[in-house]
Amino acid sequence: MGNGMIRFFLVLLLFLSSAEYIFSLYEDQVGLMDWHQRYVGKVKHAVFHTQKTGRKRVAVSTEENVVALLDLRHGEIIWRHVLGANDAVDAVDIALGKYVITLSSEGSILRAWSLPDGQMVWGSFLQGSNLSKSLLSLPVNLKANKGNVILVFSKGCLHAVSSIDGEVLWEKDLSAESIEVQQIIRPLGSDMIYAVGFVGSSQFDAYQINAKNGELVKHKSADFPDGFYGDLLLVSSDILVSLDATRTSLVTIDFQKGEIIFKKTHVSDIVDESFGTAVLLPSELSGMFAVRFNTLLVFIKVTIEGKLEVVDKITNAAAVSDALSFSEGQQAFALVEHVDRKILLTMKLVHDWNSDLLKESIAMDLQRGMVQKVFINTYIRTDRSQGFRALIVMEDHSLLLLQQGEIVWSREEGLASVIDVTTSELPVEKKGILVVKVEQSLFEWLKGHVLKLKGTLMLAGPEDIAAIQGMRLKSSEKSKMTRDHNGFWKLLIVLTKAGKLYALHTGDGRVVWSLLLPSLRESGSCKRPTGLSVYQWQVPHHHAMDENPSVLVVGRCRPNWDAPVALSFVDTYTGKELKSMGLIHSCAQVIPLPFTDSTEQRLHLLIDAEKHAHLYPRTSEAIGILQHEFSNIYWYSVEADNGIIRGHVLTSNCIGMVDEYCFTSRELWSIVFPSESEKIIATATRKLNEVVHTQAKAIADQDVMYKYISKNLLFVATSAPKASGEFGMAQPEESCLVVYLIDTVTGRILHRMTHHGSQGPVHAVLSENWVVYHYFNLRAHRYEMSVMEIYDQSWVDNKDVWKLVVGKHNLTSPISLYSRPAVVTKSQSYFFTHSVKAIAVTSTAKGITSKQLLIGTIGDQVLALDKRYLDPRRSLDPTQAEKEEGIIPLTDSLPIIPQSYVTHALNVEGLRGIVTLPAKLESTTLVFAYGVDIFFTRIAPSRTYDSLTEDFSYALLLLTIVALIAAIFVTWIMSERKELQEKWT
Amino acid sequence: MRSKPVILLLLLHSLLCFSSLSSSQAISAGDGYTINGRVKLRSMGAQGFGLPGKLSNVKVILNGGQRVTFLRSDGYFSFHNVPAGTHLIEVDAIGYFFSPVRVDVSARNPGKVQATLTENRRGLIELVLEPMREEQYYEIREPFSIMSIAKSPMGLMMGFMVVVMFLMPKLMENMDPEEMRRAQEEMRIQGVPSLANMLPGGAARS
Repeated sequence: MGNGMIRFFLVLLLFLSSAEYIFSLYEDQVGLMDWHQRYVGKVKHAVFHTQKTGRKRVAVSTEENVVALLDLRHGEIIWRHVLGANDAVDAVDIALGKYVITLSSEGSILRAWSLPDGQMVWGSFLQGSNLSKSLLSLPVNLKANKGNVILVFSKGCLHAVSSIDGEVLWEKDLSAESIEVQQIIRPLGSDMIYAVGFVGSSQFDAYQINAKNGELVKHKSADFPDGFYGDLLLVSSDILVSLDATRTSLVTIDFQKGEIIFKKTHVSDIVDESFGTAVLLPSELSGMFAVRFNTLLVFIKVTIEGKLEVVDKITNAAAVSDALSFSEGQQAFALVEHVDRKILLTMKLVHDWNSDLLKESIAMDLQRGMVQKVFINTYIRTDRSQGFRALIVMEDHSLLLLQQGEIVWSREEGLASVIDVTTSELPVEKKGILVVKVEQSLFEWLKGHVLKLKGTLMLAGPEDIAAIQGMRLKSSEKSKMTRDHNGFWKLLIVLTKAGKLYALHTGDGRVVWSLLLPSLRESGSCKRPTGLSVYQWQVPHHHAMDENPSVLVVGRCRPNWDAPVALSFVDTYTGKELKSMGLIHSCAQVIPLPFTDSTEQRLHLLIDAEKHAHLYPRTSEAIGILQHEFSNIYWYSVEADNGIIRGHVLTSNCIGMVDEYCFTSRELWSIVFPSESEKIIATATRKLNEVVHTQAKAIADQDVMYKYISKNLLFVATSAPKASGEFGMAQPEESCLVVYLIDTVTGRILHRMTHHGSQGPVHAVLSENWVVYHYFNLRAHRYEMSVMEIYDQSWVDNKDVWKLVVGKHNLTSPISLYSRPAVVTKSQSYFFTHSVKAIAVTSTAKGITSKQLLIGTIGDQVLALDKRYLDPRRSLDPTQAEKEEGIIPLTDSLPIIPQSYVTHALNVEGLRGIVTLPAKLESTTLVFAYGVDIFFTRIAPSRTYDSLTEDFSYALLLLTIVALIAAIFVTWIMSERKELQEKWT
Repeated sequence: MRSKPVILLLLLHSLLCFSSLSSSQAISAGDGYTINGRVKLRSMGAQGFGLPGKLSNVKVILNGGQRVTFLRSDGYFSFHNVPAGTHLIEVDAIGYFFSPVRVDVSARNPGKVQATLTENRRGLIELVLEPMREEQYYEIREPFSIMSIAKSPMGLMMGFMVVVMFLMPKLMENMDPEEMRRAQEEMRIQGVPSLANMLPGGAARS
């Protein structure tokens, strides 16, 4: 009977708690817990659209394959399209004043977007066979019967495309001539087009083509025995400039006369000293060109006779814009120089070098680095004089608009290319401040709650509602720079492709500090540095409370994996680099060890290409700690190309080196996958900082299952080589997906399972004792998600207390590497509708809260899916006991509930990764999703059971208490009276 | 390689549909086939949630991101140069749920193409993709009602109090005075009822 009662209450509790599995949000709660920032990426090319009337706008194409239109007034995005991953934009321009034209996919796709709203007007597919440079040119006044003509050279073919509907008017195939076209030239006012380029390395060819119909008019060719290097640059309508093969001479080419005339000028003849190799700057300055010799920029003018004349030499120039023609046929260009902490923007007339149109110096944040690109535009000032504005792209990828010597706006476009994320706690608040604040605002607080109550009772007018909304956004103290009670406010330390580190406040997403890492900047010894990852280096608590936390940033000098490593240690409160190390050894792997020294610095092992392990921090204390745990350190490496997974162990100090922080390693085991049938396509491990609350899992029939919880579990998915390539190419019979669970210490395969007729891409997440993975089922032609749970069986026999007492348990039986661990796995598969870009799992402070999977779908949304939907114990008809446990009846596909999108009606364009962080409050997980956009929110997988929700009505509570007290008094008086009456009778 | 455009149209909705598609036939593909189709977004419900069916923000995705294309203003899209085989087309439109579509581009008999919605295995006669449902990302706030107050913990408290205040005296009145005395007696003997007595084990012992 009692049992039944308890069961009843359990069911009731379950019902109450599981009435909604889903994360859900009211529309007026948007922006309370989440923030979303939209970016475009590093700008490759910009075209201004500033007609006399209407909004001033600029169309940009970026390295993240984004085409966007920005408002020039404030820099916000008017519209934006993220093209596919292999649909890089080659060129962008504006046609007819109403279309943005983009050429992408190596010149094979030409699209026109409506300028005001970004609707695609037409898209054309341009054919061609060979790879070549893609050129887009929109000649003025070249008209066909259908509007203006767009000339595109791509894939060895010259196309003329109508700008009205994208129809190909004519095409001229030049691929048979094996010419590498460098420039498409159309002299003003003529109907002829010149396609000029090189054949081989030493032959110059020019094709004259009729612009009306694409007929070849003339073909000229000439040999230049010294050979060419690099690109052709058009200086004036008939003169081209290039470098010779040795890069010591400049070659001018006159191609419009009867025959092609080459003129070679040795660099040292015109520039006094020789400065090493020359590089032609691609800026188009009419009648002039710029050559860079290391740090020196030389402007050279081409005279009418074809002579070269040095105009000026500038030492600290950073960038030069293209020439822009403005009133009266004058042409100007911008030159940007770095002087001290300022940048100097100079506008120069092409034909009159000595007069500057404009000279402005603008203070610039040092953390933005050098200017890399500059685009200019003119406008008419109020006093009818000519004004110039310049859009500059900085080394940290940020985009700034300069006008009248000031930065009008700036966009932190570096955040569009996040590589890695970690967190840091905020400083602890000094005591005493908070109390005063509360007393002061008690009245305010009460007033607020009365307002809220009014809102709940639907008595509030529109201004009241606005006040409530404003109060809500304010009251959460989002911008506080101190640690909060619930652990919601942290610093997100974000490493970007530009080698810049940003600290973002989780409350409102603002940049607290940013640092362009000196170790990840281009230098003489480090040509193309790339950031790899960022780790928590020092997390002070307990005995090192006064230290500031710091992070370790690992980078490489070149993209290849045996390049030397660059390390930086950065204080996360101040944003200053504490120290940096570089060029010591290569780095194939970074292993944060679970040990810290007396100052709470975490020990890290860096494994180099020769499989030596290097210990950081480089202190004797760290060596002492490591020596103590020497035999307990194992790691593994995955060689996906060779299909081998190896396990390693430390052996001794490096021999022949004086470095006492270097250790040699030994291969312990290896798993070789048969290369003809299996190729490694995905691996997954548990997050290092994951907390598991309990190993036992109580199941319905008063039984217990023990989760197999090991930090050394590795999930590997392999696929048939044929099916690991493109989609739709393999037949179901010839593709098969094999998944493994491997213990990385012993190298033992704990479980192996085959999915016939399935293929990658596989996205997997491993947590506690389960792994969830997403793959494609070719037979059903649908995506599937599978769950695999692994349970420990060695405990099963020990459940009987009597056995323990009598001593018949197996706890004392020897544990050996060679004995097979008694594990059992359970698995189940379900259909899932969408393609997946990333997958993550929620993590909480103590691991008590139930888990949710966060799935980044192809639509760049993040879906929260309860782990209970992925439970291998789901069955078609669960028993009553199982239902009480919370097992959902089996369905063949996973539900997609729109309210459970954590990104609600937003999307994180170009989604690449999802990071989850525990808050101090057990029920809550912080979620950060990044791609071209960044998005942050906090979610409660089992609802906020440990705190009151935002819309909790305190006023109603007060009202109830008051009513209760009143009722107590009333009943007391009533009972007194009654008693008196009874006594009288 | 052969150059044959594939038109996924057998039966037609309207004449307009036909004319524009047949014009797209003129675009001949390189060494692959062309998939042409159309996405139709119509506002299905009254609850628009400020998400107008804007065609400019719709993406059509081939094979899980291999290629992405956009819609023209009339809703048409095309993928060029697609090799023969079985492909998957997904539509990404905020506010709508689309089923992925399995598209078979046949090499043996060019021009013949099959399209099937993978969610419900429904074959498509032509590649006109329509959302299966609109997606509502936000909970709808329930209008204020007495019931919601009554259901809240505070409401329950109040309700309980009312019951105690007004119903209990009535019950006490109806109680037999004899029984009342006995109950009081019992209470005196047992003392204050402890929590242990309430648990099932404790109840069994007593």
